[in-house]
Formats: sequence, C-alpha cells, structure tokens
Amino acid sequence: MRTVAAGSISARFEGQIGTFSLEVAFEAPMQGITALFGPSGSGKTTVLRCMAGLQRMSGRLDVGEDLWQNDDQGDFLPAFERQVGYVFQESSLFPHLTVRQNLLYGARRSTRRRPGPKVSFDDTVALLGIGGIIDRSPAGLSGGEGKRVAIGRALLSRPRLLLMDEPLAGLDDAAKEEVLGYLERLHPRLSVPVVYVSHDLREVARLADTIVVLSGGRTSMVGPLRRVLEELDRPFGSRDFENGVVLRARVVGHDRDRRMTRLVHQGQEIVIPAVDLPQGQDVRLRIRARDVVLACKMPSAISVRNILRGTILQVTVEEGTAFAEALVDVGGGRLRSTITRDAVLDLALEPGKPVYALIKSISFDRPAPSVVRASHGAERPL
Amino acid sequence: MDSVSEFWPPVRLTLQLALWSTGLLLLLGTPIAWWLARTDMRWKEVVAAVVALPLVLPPTVLGFYLLLCLGPSGPGGWLAGLRGGRSLAFSFEGIVLGSVVYSLPFVVQPIRNAFEAVGKRPLEVAATLGATPWDAFWSVAVPLAKPGIVTGAVLGFAHTIGEFGVVLMVGGNIPGETRVLSIAVYEYVETLQWDRAHVLAAGMLAFSFLVVFSLMVWQKPRPEAGS
Repeated sequence: MRTVAAGSISARFEGQIGTFSLEVAFEAPMQGITALFGPSGSGKTTVLRCMAGLQRMSGRLDVGEDLWQNDDQGDFLPAFERQVGYVFQESSLFPHLTVRQNLLYGARRSTRRRPGPKVSFDDTVALLGIGGIIDRSPAGLSGGEGKRVAIGRALLSRPRLLLMDEPLAGLDDAAKEEVLGYLERLHPRLSVPVVYVSHDLREVARLADTIVVLSGGRTSMVGPLRRVLEELDRPFGSRDFENGVVLRARVVGHDRDRRMTRLVHQGQEIVIPAVDLPQGQDVRLRIRARDVVLACKMPSAISVRNILRGTILQVTVEEGTAFAEALVDVGGGRLRSTITRDAVLDLALEPGKPVYALIKSISFDRPAPSVVRASHGAERPL
Repeated sequence: MDSVSEFWPPVRLTLQLALWSTGLLLLLGTPIAWWLARTDMRWKEVVAAVVALPLVLPPTVLGFYLLLCLGPSGPGGWLAGLRGGRSLAFSFEGIVLGSVVYSLPFVVQPIRNAFEAVGKRPLEVAATLGATPWDAFWSVAVPLAKPGIVTGAVLGFAHTIGEFGVVLMVGGNIPGETRVLSIAVYEYVETLQWDRAHVLAAGMLAFSFLVVFSLMVWQKPRPEAGS
C-alpha cells in the first residue's frame, strides 16, 4: 500500500477499452496547473473522465485528503459527489438556460458536499469578462465567449479540483488567444489545482507548472514543466512537437530607439523584439533545439544577438542519423542544441567543455496585457 | 331538441377519459422512454417492440385481451375487488386503462426520441456541477426534451379522443360511464340519426385538424432553438 503525501493528487488507473489499454499512474501537486500532455489517442481524456467519475476504470484516486476511488475496497464516489469542476472540449452550456442561470447552476448545488474555497460570483464574471453577455442565451455566444462561460460555471461550483479537457480545441486562433489570455490571468489567482488536457506544447509551456506526459495509454514522464521539457527526448517523434526548452527570464529594461526589450537570465542578458511588459515581470521563453548554435570561441561581428556562455552537460548522438543533441548549462537554465555528429567530432564537444550558445530565435510566450496588470494589482485568490 | 343535454355527457366523458389517460400516459411513458433512451441492455428492443404492438394489432385483438385482464378472473378483477367491485370491464376505469395501453406507443416514441437527442453530455455536465441524477433529470433532461414530451402528450390526448375499437370492446356503450364521442357517433349512424351524427362528426373533424395543425406549427424549428 502506498502512502500519499498530504496535499497532492495521486491517480492510478488501468483498464481496457476495445483494443486500447490504459495503465497510467502519476502524482501532481495540489496547486497550480498540471498538464496531461500527449498526442491524440494517448488516453488523456479517458484519464480526465476517470478522475471526474464520468467513466470507471479500476484504480485509485486521492485528491488531497479525499479518497475518490479505491478499488481495493470497492470505493467509487459518483461524479455528482466529487466536487470537481469540468470544462468539456465543447463548451456544453445548457441551451435552455441563460448565461447567468448556467453560471448559477453549479453554484446553487455546490453546498451539497464538502465544497472547495468560496468563489465570488461578481469577481469571476469580471475576471472572465462575461458581464456584458450575462443575460444572453448560450445560442448567441461566440466560441470564445462560450468557453469563458463554461470555465466560470465550473469555477463557481466551488470545485476542489478543476479539470479542463482541451478547452481551446475547436477555436480559431483569435479566440484561442483570447481564452488563453483569460486562463493566464486566472492562473495566479486560482486556489484550486487544475488538471489540463492538451496536445499542444505551446499551450502547455504557457500555462502549466507540472506536466504528465502520456504516450499510448502509459505515463512516460512526470515532473515540473521545465525539467520535463528539457528531458523530452522526442518520445513521439518530431511530428508531435519540437524539441526545446523553456527558460525563465526577467524584464530589466526597454530600448525604445531600437525597439528591443532587455531580459536577464541568471546574470546573462537576452534581448528580444520590444514587448509591452513592465520591469521586473517574469516571462517564459521557449527556445527550440534547432535554433541554438554552439561555438567554442566568442564569435564577433555576427547578426545573432543572443549569445550565452555555458558548459556542455551531455551530448546524445541520435542513432542512425547524422545528428546529435547537446544539453548546455547556461548558469542554472539549460538549453538544447541540435548539431551534426560532424560538429561533435570536429569541435571535440563533450561534457564539461565551455561553449557559447547562439540563439537564432526565441519564441516569447506573451501574456495578455491584462495579465500584467492583474499580477501587479492586489491579488485576491478566486 | 335540447342539444346541450344531449351532446354534453359524451363530450364531458371523452374529455375526462383523455385527460386521465394523458396524465397516466406521461407518468408511465416518460420513465419507459427514459429507460429505452439510456440503457445499453440487449433486450431493450424487445421492450420497445411490446410498447409498439398497439400500432399494428387490431383494436379488437387488444380489446379482447384487455377484457380478459380487466374481467373478474384477471388482475383487473382483483383490483376492482379492493374497492368492493367485481370487474373493471365495462367501467370508466376500464376504458382509461385500455386507452393507456392503446396510446402508449404514441407517447413513448416522441419522448424517447427527444431523450436520445439530448444525449449524455448535458447530464454529465450536470453531474460534474453537483446535480444528483434525479435533480439532473428534472433540471436538464426534461426541459431539453420538452418539445418531445409536449408532442407525446398531445398525441396521446388526441389519440384517446379518437379511440373507438378498444373502448367498444372493454367498455361497451354505457351512457355517462363508457359512452364516449366515437361510440355516440357510431350509435347515431346505426340508428339512422344522421343529423346528430353530423354534428358530432364535424366537431371531431375540426378538433383533429386543430390538433395536428398546432403540432406542426409547434414542431417547426424556431429561430431561438439553438444547440
């Protein structure tokens, strides 16, 4: 029998649906956003439905001090007694109720069992920007508005655990960005843990704190986002996502003439095209392995702006190809670089060797402007 | 001729019969429709076929079996015995029960279709929002299936009003007890009172047209009915 640390979510499910077999086990913290990440068909939604009690597979589920399922003793709490919030892929609003009635449906029933932290109706409506559509019928809402109402409805049911199944699926890029912005704004204020299903690594890198990687119905990796992203060694092939890392950096200043923003990561400066963020703001930078070039001497007169000093930690040759991958420590953060075997041999790249990492391109996960304001104002947990 | 005192008893009796039958049909038909729409059991189609039997059986065959059931040696007789009677045949209660059986498929089918169209998702949403299955049935499934339930109720009501064979078999022609409109028309024609038959027949024709017409208007997709 396992002992479960208080204040964590511990899930173990196994079973068979047709020819698909699932055998998943992971532990996640009782705070922040945990992403269930993997390609379609890897069992993400099934795991989420099992956690909600909408589907039953044998196993065990602990959420904090609550035991929701334990098949060793035949315990299975039905969905309506679990106090979960569930945001479905389609917003699934009740068409016979107005937006307000949808929001209140769960709120009115939330006191039945041990509800989670109290949630203010007005704050939630304001935060999700749905005050203007509150008396409308769901039929007239845009995709993004519908998703926001569905998120609000789940939050207002005072869940102890919020489950989200690809809440951005089926939205166009503009609506995706809109909802993502609201989610980011919500993130620091949430006092309940979130399990977020996604197959989009960009989304995960922007939102998640912890990541559980699923592959073919198995858990293939669990851990804090940054570590897992560093360690992802193309388990699904480059078709599903590109290898890379996430670096955390802080805004230190802006150069208005050159339209650049200066960031700092562990004492080393990084510049990116100007972004409208205040000094001191922490940001996440996603850097792909193929955008990192290694040099043994400090190059000069070169158009690449970001050159970080580092030390090689590890070189992995990709069997059967001309390529290798180097893991470089840049003073705390790590970069990955895709290089040829030819370069490994010629430059004698091996662990311990000091190098310069030239970063050709950085994708910057831009928080919505409102997020910035929210994180500087007085923060009240939702 | 005092037409009110002449025509009112069968009209009143017919309305009473239809109201009682519709009430009982909804009470009985809704759970059957819900079960048929939601269960995965293999023999559910057997139950569906039994419910649909009155669609194809001649009313005389159905009436014959019902007569046996309602008679002194059937369960109807036992039921009547509880109230000191001998039999439910040739009584108002008897024709209500007969009508319920006969109209059941007209009520179950549209309600079942409506519940199937609602699907599982809204009920899953309700469950995750803390609604018990009973609560979710009333607060989500019934409102979403309302058009089908209304259609079922109207069809059940109208079909009972238009019923003849089963009532004649199990109820006979007792004024104030089982002599409903359709029986009255039959009797007028048999006894060559064509002017009276005309009044009742034309009234029922107009009523039936109104029912079918309003159902069609009601079922036309309306702009605010969204997904």
